[in-house]
Amino acid sequence: MLSRRLFVAIAAIATTIGFGSVAKADALGDIEARGTLRVAVPQDFPPFGSVGPDMAPVGYDIDMANLIAEKLGVKVELVPVTSANRIPYLQTNKVDLVISSLGKNPDREKVIDFSAAYAPFYNGVFAPAEVAITKPEELAGKTVGVTRGAVEDLELEKIAPADAVIKRYEDNNGTISAFLSGQVEAVATGNVVAAAILAKNPPKRPELKFLIKNSPCYIGLAKEQPALLEKVNGIIAAAKADGSLNAIAQKWLGTDLPADL
Amino acid sequence: MNYHFEFGWLFEYYPQIVKGIAITIELIAVGAVAGILLGIVCAWVRALGPAWLKPVVAAYVELIRNTPFLIQLFFIFFGLPSLGVQLSELQAANLAMVVNLGAYSSEIIRAGIQATPRGQFEAGASLAMSPFETFRHVVLVPSLQRIWPALSSQVVIVMLGSAVVSQIAAEDLTFAANFIQSRTFRAFEAYIVSTVVYLMLAILLRQVLVMVGWAIFPRGAAQ
Repeated sequence: MLSRRLFVAIAAIATTIGFGSVAKADALGDIEARGTLRVAVPQDFPPFGSVGPDMAPVGYDIDMANLIAEKLGVKVELVPVTSANRIPYLQTNKVDLVISSLGKNPDREKVIDFSAAYAPFYNGVFAPAEVAITKPEELAGKTVGVTRGAVEDLELEKIAPADAVIKRYEDNNGTISAFLSGQVEAVATGNVVAAAILAKNPPKRPELKFLIKNSPCYIGLAKEQPALLEKVNGIIAAAKADGSLNAIAQKWLGTDLPADL
Repeated sequence: MNYHFEFGWLFEYYPQIVKGIAITIELIAVGAVAGILLGIVCAWVRALGPAWLKPVVAAYVELIRNTPFLIQLFFIFFGLPSLGVQLSELQAANLAMVVNLGAYSSEIIRAGIQATPRGQFEAGASLAMSPFETFRHVVLVPSLQRIWPALSSQVVIVMLGSAVVSQIAAEDLTFAANFIQSRTFRAFEAYIVSTVVYLMLAILLRQVLVMVGWAIFPRGAAQ
């Protein structure tokens, strides 16, 4: 009797696991059968994802999620995540895609797959159009504002010539204020911060002069889902070609997509 | 507590600390001298000056004494460029400290002037001194002598308050501590070092002010 119960239990567990792996084996079919695409999106990282005035998530990543769901012909279900739990959500099959300003690195590539890049994410030196800088050496004699301790600060220190004057501010707001009030000629910061400045339509418009570090955003998806990966990459490529991705970049980052994205 | 102290970074970063100390000293030297002079002028106006100027000075003193120093600093550094007044971070820090100490010290000095007995003014007049000469020779020095300890405290407070100039990227002692903290992640040690240096600077500054008192006030006069 006991052994029969045990057998049933084991069979039940095996079936569950079996179904699980079936679902995993064809995520694209699963999404189409369900009629919804579950997407992990940020809720605390504007302009990629934040909570709008009506409490619904808005941002670059949300527009991207909507675009992909629309092309797949399914409804979208947005799952707010933090940067720490976005990959576990994917690994435990709580979401189908992670569109959460996710950067690629070797450790992450061991556990999940990445689509083509869908959003620019970089830091560099920005200055108004009339300031002629094209490479680090040309910062000689210029004052550059940077947020103390940020990646740009550490990198700028290595590449800037000795006679460049680096002014370090406590936070991004200090750096932005110093730039807008003309206390520094250029700033080293991220494209997201530059977008935040552009969004306020200031008299001084920061333009990218050169890149310090480029780490674009990719869509994360579960390992070994060639059908879904192909579909998502196809949608991204089509969106780049027909200008709809550029429209999202214009809307949230205030600039065109870089040509090499 | 099993925190492991690590001061090895001192060898690499001490030039930054030395530079920070030099800038803090420069700020307080300029701030104290110019601030006290401004305070004397404002105190004279409020106690004895022309009636039309009194509301102007009163407005300045109240504005400065009732707003945060940090906001005054941001106003000068980030705000004034909109009016075409572009000051470097050190000029802005110096100006903010002079303006700040000027307002506070004027009230302290005014108390000293108002405590001067009426007879002193009359004594000056009876020696055929002009009102200005009476103020300069008869009223001011004893007034300063009376309030010198309070004024010294205010100067030390302004010196310690100068820590906030690191917010506009002026590379003072606090900036050096913050910088080292963000490079080495040794927050505890970086702030221990800056605390000790500030403490020594404050004690030193107090001693200097006592000696200045000896130099400018007549010996043996009542404190």
